[in-house]
Amino acid sequence: MSTAAHADHGHDHAHAHHEPGFVEKYLWSTDHKMIAMQYLFTGMAMALVGGFTVYAFRMQLAFPGMSVPGYGRVTATDYNALVTTHGSVMIFWVAMPVLIAALGNYLIPLMIGCDDMVFPRLNRLSYQLFLISAIILVASFYVPGGAFGGAWTSYPPLSAKAEYSLTGLGSSMWLFAVALEFAAFLLGGINFVTTVMNSRAPGMKMFDVPIVVWMIIIASILFMASVGPLIAGAIMLMFDQQLGTGFFDPAKGGDPVLWQHLFWFFGHPEVYVVLLPAMGIVAEIITVFSRKKLFAYKTVLYTAIGTGVLSFFVWAHHQFIAGIDPRMANVFSVTTLLISIPVAEMVFVYIGTLYGGSIRLTTPMLWALAFIAEFLLGGVTGIFLGASGADIYFHDTYFVVAHFHYTFFPIAFIGSFAAITYWFPKMFGKMMNETWGKVHFWGTIIPFNFIFIPLFLLGIRGDHRRIYDYRHFPDLMKAGMQDLRILATISLLVLLAFQVVFLVNFFVSLFRGPKAPMNPWNANTLEWQAPSPPPHGNFPQGLPNVYRGPYEYSHPDRKDDYWPQTEPASEPAKT
Amino acid sequence: MSLATAQPEVMPAGVDRTANRAVVPNAVLGMLIFAVAEVMFFVGLISAFTISRSGAMPGTWPMPGQPMLPKDATLVNTVALVLSGFVLLGAQVAWAKKRPVAKWLVVAAWVLGAAFVALQGREWAQLLAAGLTLTSSRLGAFFYLIVGMHGLHAIAALGGLAVAAAQLLRGTMKGGLFFGVQVFWYFVVLMWPIIYARVYF
Repeated sequence: MSTAAHADHGHDHAHAHHEPGFVEKYLWSTDHKMIAMQYLFTGMAMALVGGFTVYAFRMQLAFPGMSVPGYGRVTATDYNALVTTHGSVMIFWVAMPVLIAALGNYLIPLMIGCDDMVFPRLNRLSYQLFLISAIILVASFYVPGGAFGGAWTSYPPLSAKAEYSLTGLGSSMWLFAVALEFAAFLLGGINFVTTVMNSRAPGMKMFDVPIVVWMIIIASILFMASVGPLIAGAIMLMFDQQLGTGFFDPAKGGDPVLWQHLFWFFGHPEVYVVLLPAMGIVAEIITVFSRKKLFAYKTVLYTAIGTGVLSFFVWAHHQFIAGIDPRMANVFSVTTLLISIPVAEMVFVYIGTLYGGSIRLTTPMLWALAFIAEFLLGGVTGIFLGASGADIYFHDTYFVVAHFHYTFFPIAFIGSFAAITYWFPKMFGKMMNETWGKVHFWGTIIPFNFIFIPLFLLGIRGDHRRIYDYRHFPDLMKAGMQDLRILATISLLVLLAFQVVFLVNFFVSLFRGPKAPMNPWNANTLEWQAPSPPPHGNFPQGLPNVYRGPYEYSHPDRKDDYWPQTEPASEPAKT
Repeated sequence: MSLATAQPEVMPAGVDRTANRAVVPNAVLGMLIFAVAEVMFFVGLISAFTISRSGAMPGTWPMPGQPMLPKDATLVNTVALVLSGFVLLGAQVAWAKKRPVAKWLVVAAWVLGAAFVALQGREWAQLLAAGLTLTSSRLGAFFYLIVGMHGLHAIAALGGLAVAAAQLLRGTMKGGLFFGVQVFWYFVVLMWPIIYARVYF
């Protein structure tokens, strides 16, 4: 496996032969790596949108009525639109595209040792639909009435009629953008599963597939099995908005709780759709940087499948106060508490992997460790909310907000930063700056906790989450409550400021960083046997064969502390 | 794609290069996964209808003043569609045995499928004339939504079937497209009796 043959890939994206035009190469490409980059950069751009919206509405909460620098005065309608857009963007246009679409597209063909997805044109169509959906969503800010303001869950009757939401065009555009985005991920998911089933490198058995690929596959199957009812609900809601039907509008005999069922039947598996890839990323990183075999590979895999199955039976815990039958609430309390067991098991297995390893605290490793610690807090607080008795008190308070940010922030941001810092050398052929990476890490993790621990405290004191100006609620302005809000907002400003460090580090490294070797982390998985960055077709020296599992670090029979999957044993392999 | 053939390495003992040959062709697997998502889509629609109907006040279902759905007449449509599924299955068997009758069986399956869509269209026209519209009642809304969505799928599948038939008649069919179209058509066929039983009765 020599690198000499790939000297012609020294410069950024400099393909030596049959140079395609700009449009063909960057915008109309069917190469899985380019599509992954498109998803990644679109996701990063949308993260800026999500970050800007949270900046504006958090400023309003901490300093009500002030003119927010860079935004202006946040009116009540603005506030609703900002909160809605923040939630929708961060989940559907940041977490999904970065964790599943970008990493799935980038890693799956490289990690299973093939040259591209099995349906490359479908893949291109997937990104194009996604891009259109993102444009529609952002454009909805500029239509008469403004963007949709009915929360990312879009509950009817508020969302069902323009007279209720006051954002007729905005709500339709929101709904259309979400539906289009689901179509994009449906195409992507079909591609992922088919590729992994049919295009693995020779010798790669089911249990030689890296955990992150398994996780993306399980997540894709979860997505495809759960999204159908939501698309059905979205079409019904579209009919209510546009054609005047009354599926969800009680004024016409419809049932608004029906939407909640259809939405959360998708919405809860969706949490695991984004969680599992992040869990997989962490598994890859902790094995590489503790130089140890992944503790209990099969347990992680079966646990992930079990989590996926169980995630279809927990959705109504979002509806404990929506008037559902209390007997039903009991059942869903039990299933919700049950699902914490497999997730806790995965965390336990990861800690088992770290135990006794020779740990190297590189930037990606710091992110991976932080993921485990912070997600644990999110998981533990979820147990209070899963119990219907406690949830009746906590429902719609900032306790819920803090809880799901302790799950989603580790997933969407800590997981993504771990992945970007870990695979950056492969993606762009350059090394990122470690020092600035660590500055960014601490500058993100510390303020993150200072944002959401105050929100837990506020939630315990009954702070309701859907309030625009707390000055109208004297009970919620008592003894230091506003101070906690200000603390959270200022921590947010610090966190946002430190993202500049990341962006500068990212782009400076991209253009000026030292050249990355083929396998900078001494990792085993197949993507590190391709040049950095891999050319079109991935493996110019021929597609690899696989002889062993992905996690054979510090093997006693070998001098090096890693054993790439492509290297046969000198004697016939033991397994 | 072409790189897959440029495999210079000598295979050492113990690794079987053919070990991971696709058990299920790409087109079939892709379409099967798509069909799973589609089945869940209809499951969502049908369960929404069932929940909505079960929550109706006593005496308001079937809706007063609204026509009953023609369950007997629709039996003819149902038979046509199910028959079309069996004919396409026969076409697959014949094609696998390289019998020339395969292409005519595909054409026959298309004709039966088209008859189903045409009969459905006639039924819609009659129901609209009888006062059942999208906004006249929840029954109408659900009926046109669920049956209409199935109809759209049937029309799309007929398009695919037409392409497959054309390729078979021209003798250019290699297989992938035919298998994929079959999976989609069986999905359309198998979904219908469930819709018929859950919506019309």
